[in-house]
Amino acid sequence: MIEAFLGLADGEVRFRDELTLLIPRERIEEALTRAQERGFILLTDLTAVDRHPQEPRFEVVYLLTSLAPPARLRLTVRLPGAEPLVPSAVAVFPAANWLEREVFDMFGIRFPGHPDLKRILMPDDWEGHPLRKDFPLVEEPVEFVGHVPKPPSAIIPKTPPRQA
Amino acid sequence: MNELTRETIVLNMGPHHPSTHGVLRLMVELEGEVIIHTEPVIGYLHTGFEKEMETRTYHQNIVFPPRIEYLATMIEEHAYVLAVEKLLGIRAPRRAEVIRVLLAELSRIASHLIWLGTSAVDVNVTSLLMYCFNDRERIMDILEMVSGQRMMHGYMRIGGLQWDLPDGFVERVRGVIDDVPHQLDEYERLLTDNLIWRGRTEGVAVLTREDALRYGCTGPIGRGSGVSYDVRKAFPYGGYEEYDFDVPLGVAGDAYARYLVRLEEMRQSCRIIRQALDRLEPGPILVDDRKVALPPRRELVRSMEAVIHQFKLVSEGLHPPVGEVYSAVESPRGEKGYFIVSDGSNRPARVRVRAPSFHNLQALPVMIFRNTVADVVVAIASIDIVLGDVDR
Repeated sequence: MIEAFLGLADGEVRFRDELTLLIPRERIEEALTRAQERGFILLTDLTAVDRHPQEPRFEVVYLLTSLAPPARLRLTVRLPGAEPLVPSAVAVFPAANWLEREVFDMFGIRFPGHPDLKRILMPDDWEGHPLRKDFPLVEEPVEFVGHVPKPPSAIIPKTPPRQA
Repeated sequence: MNELTRETIVLNMGPHHPSTHGVLRLMVELEGEVIIHTEPVIGYLHTGFEKEMETRTYHQNIVFPPRIEYLATMIEEHAYVLAVEKLLGIRAPRRAEVIRVLLAELSRIASHLIWLGTSAVDVNVTSLLMYCFNDRERIMDILEMVSGQRMMHGYMRIGGLQWDLPDGFVERVRGVIDDVPHQLDEYERLLTDNLIWRGRTEGVAVLTREDALRYGCTGPIGRGSGVSYDVRKAFPYGGYEEYDFDVPLGVAGDAYARYLVRLEEMRQSCRIIRQALDRLEPGPILVDDRKVALPPRRELVRSMEAVIHQFKLVSEGLHPPVGEVYSAVESPRGEKGYFIVSDGSNRPARVRVRAPSFHNLQALPVMIFRNTVADVVVAIASIDIVLGDVDR
């Protein structure tokens, strides 16, 4: 199965029996088409991860499913924070239409080739992209006297990873 | 067609419309009474659950899944805890797994009953609604008996369950699943061969197998169109590989096929529950790993170590290894998946909810193309969308 992607993938990650292939962004359409030809006919999910402040900042994640035999495959495209662009997958998987709109809405990643890239969940006049790590999550001010708004993230503070 | 009817009109449905089962807006372009283009407008229920989940610990996040999708609450909790368990590389004890399957299937019946009642109302079969809600309420009573709450249970824990089953649980469940198939027979007598019901659902909102695959439709929508895909069979989770059940498949891909698929799924759920009741043996319901699950109460008074573990888990939470996992369950609406990215800290770096309703709704414009306005209501009902799940 991996052989099919030889020359396309930059690398692979295996974790908990799941396979993730790292695909450079200019090859992603080709990789998706190849996966589809090899039986991965369902685009189960298309989403993104923000690694801010690391670089490359964004990851666009394609989760593909094959029905017979049952198998999953994850393709990941890493994108720099300065230029978050990745070719649209709508031509290969029509299901990508709304999913790419959601990724654009939430992360501000653009998909050249998408038929109608506009916001889907947030209002059209919304500013910013909520799922970016630098988009603040704050409590709305309330009218109560003596109430000091506390962001939810302060309830249990974040702790660094444990050294094994 | 004569020249007078060439002009199209755009009809706005929603966001508040009784048939939308939530807040969904449809812009429908009509040629006479025939739909030639549909644009769904969603986001009215967007609450930012995915962002919220990044700011809380893995345990705190258990409260969110049943609020995202509020009809099959136990299945939602099951999906989330399974994903975190996969990330940690642990598996719940056998008794906990059996109880989870049992409650998930009860939830599935409850969700399908709501669908049956409300979609019957949409085509004006008003008598069915209260019958279905009555049956569903018996299941809700059982879930309340187990967890203390009808809907937002918070009963499942990472690595097991909150507490064991109460006395009298097995008899109550047996009582319900002995009755449900008979009730379903009765509802089928009302609907299956009813000329009006068949006239309103047969050949309406047809989705071909190819289109179902192109739009990533799963659950009864995909299976009604002949896509043989059930997560419980394809990627068994939480012990489902041990249970004997069938996956009903439709051929026509219309609203009637989806109706038949869901009715059969409820019967198969009863079958699974019966097997689960037979497998219910005494045993632990929470893993013994002190880095994951809280120590039992009796240890706290005797062991300083247990107190420290308890304190660390409550004040910091658990620290999974760095990595990313995707784990899915079969919800009544299709494949419900959680994609969790961990950076090793006590909070997830990203939680992505793969919502089946979102994918299924995307296929709505294809389903109702060249149908009439009156069929839009039937189409929406047959998808069984939960707008909380669409918008998250």
